[in-house]
Amino acid sequence: MRKFVSETVEKIKPSGIRVFFDLVLGMKDVISLGVGEPDFITPWQIREAGITSLEQGFTSYTSNKGLYKLRLGLKRYLSRRYGLDYSADEEILITVGVSEAMDLALRAIIDPGDKVIVPQPNYVSYDSVTELAGGVPVYVDTRKNNFKLEPASLEKCIDRKVKAIILNYPANPTGVSYNRRELEAIKKVLLRHKIFCISDEIYAELSYDFEHTPFACLKGARANTLYLNGFSKSYAMTGWRVGYACGPQDIIAAMTKIHQYTIMCVPITSQMAACEALQEGRKSVDEMKREYKRRREFVYTRLNQMGCRCLKPQGAFYVFVSIANTGLNCLEFAKGLLTEQKVAVVPGTAFGGQYRDYVRISYAASLENLKEALSRMESFIKKHKVK
Amino acid sequence: MDEILEILEKDGRATCEDIAKMLKKSPQDIKKRIGKYEKEGVILKYKAVINRELIRESDAEVRALIEVNLLPQKDVGFDKVAERIYSFPEVSSCYLVSGAYDLLVIVSGKDIHTVSRFVAEKLSPMENVKGVVTHFLLKKYKEDGVILKHRDEDKRIAISY
Repeated sequence: MRKFVSETVEKIKPSGIRVFFDLVLGMKDVISLGVGEPDFITPWQIREAGITSLEQGFTSYTSNKGLYKLRLGLKRYLSRRYGLDYSADEEILITVGVSEAMDLALRAIIDPGDKVIVPQPNYVSYDSVTELAGGVPVYVDTRKNNFKLEPASLEKCIDRKVKAIILNYPANPTGVSYNRRELEAIKKVLLRHKIFCISDEIYAELSYDFEHTPFACLKGARANTLYLNGFSKSYAMTGWRVGYACGPQDIIAAMTKIHQYTIMCVPITSQMAACEALQEGRKSVDEMKREYKRRREFVYTRLNQMGCRCLKPQGAFYVFVSIANTGLNCLEFAKGLLTEQKVAVVPGTAFGGQYRDYVRISYAASLENLKEALSRMESFIKKHKVK
Repeated sequence: MDEILEILEKDGRATCEDIAKMLKKSPQDIKKRIGKYEKEGVILKYKAVINRELIRESDAEVRALIEVNLLPQKDVGFDKVAERIYSFPEVSSCYLVSGAYDLLVIVSGKDIHTVSRFVAEKLSPMENVKGVVTHFLLKKYKEDGVILKHRDEDKRIAISY
């Protein structure tokens, strides 16, 4: 029989933990610390703006780049918040979440065989989307440096075929972020080798220990940087699917070219709601951030009490926890925890094959659930501890 | 506002140990500060928010918002009259307001007759009360920031990246 699925897609490695995900989804009464999205629902005034726009009959396409009002709102927000200066006409594109923006960016930049540096552990889509675009991911393991990309190891993996790097901070799954000095050191290497930086800063508003610095803010970096962000995490708007890309005019134009044929535009209801988020959402963002920060302290303290090794996350809402002392690999651990204690976490190998000794815990869950889930995890670990 | 207060306002049962973990302080320190707030009257009381619609008929209660027009008393203005009114245990809230009337009084009782009797026999005859308008509450949707219905279930898919 003739095979219709393309070889390109066949080559994309299947996620080894899909089966585990199905197991979680098939079980009832599980406390899940495996969720990669806020547990808050979108603040009411934002939902209300979406509803009102429907009532008023805003049901059409928008311009390919997105509602001008939204791009202008973003321009102002970025300027006020970070001192970034992007033109609403030429340098901002509204996308279906950062996911689409990442796909567009890679397709806009990569020619077949171009290499893209992916620091690991990495968010699950980076390597596959790179491959789909014809690129070759080059992995840099950051384990030895507390999950932070070091200029020296970055330098080591650069050759003439390396065209871009995907940075992500605050990071999923580690919660690691970079301060300005650390970013400067990375920037120096990238500028020296003329490497383009795709910077996924979706968790920018959830930085707990220091002010977030967009990569594009660094001196000399703007022309070589694509700033990606969105409304999903900071405004608890994951299901609305609104992200945006800001960068040099030629890159944005190239991305828009693909976007206009493949997506056309982001749903207008979502864009209208996003406009409201920019105007009225500040207070909600700050409130949610304070809540996450308190949970971070709670979870980190509890994990330490339980004897679990982990780094204190500086942002996002994840902790990447070592489970080496249980003698179980991450999939056995996650399965055991699920079936014995009804608590779900994400196995570390989802973020890179070598992270067999880690699981990702998300603290986008109520304190009540966090407390209970961690107690159950404590019993589980006690039972399985080998050393 | 102090974060301790923010946490307790949301969950009056949060323990010193848990608050300490959240704020990276020692439990003793938290305990001391809460004690201070209690002493100063910043924290007045801890209580449960009860959805009375869900409890037994015999425990149900009726509430009324009562607009009260007053004759101010010399020297003490409204305060003295207000005190005479809010001291009744039937009064659950009492506010001095601007506009067409002076006091907004919230009264609860076990049924409509009890509340009516209170208004007719206690409130209206008071010397400085010029007039009252009584509104019985039909349905409570939200009170003090709490929406009075069952908690929504988590609508997220149980696991995602």
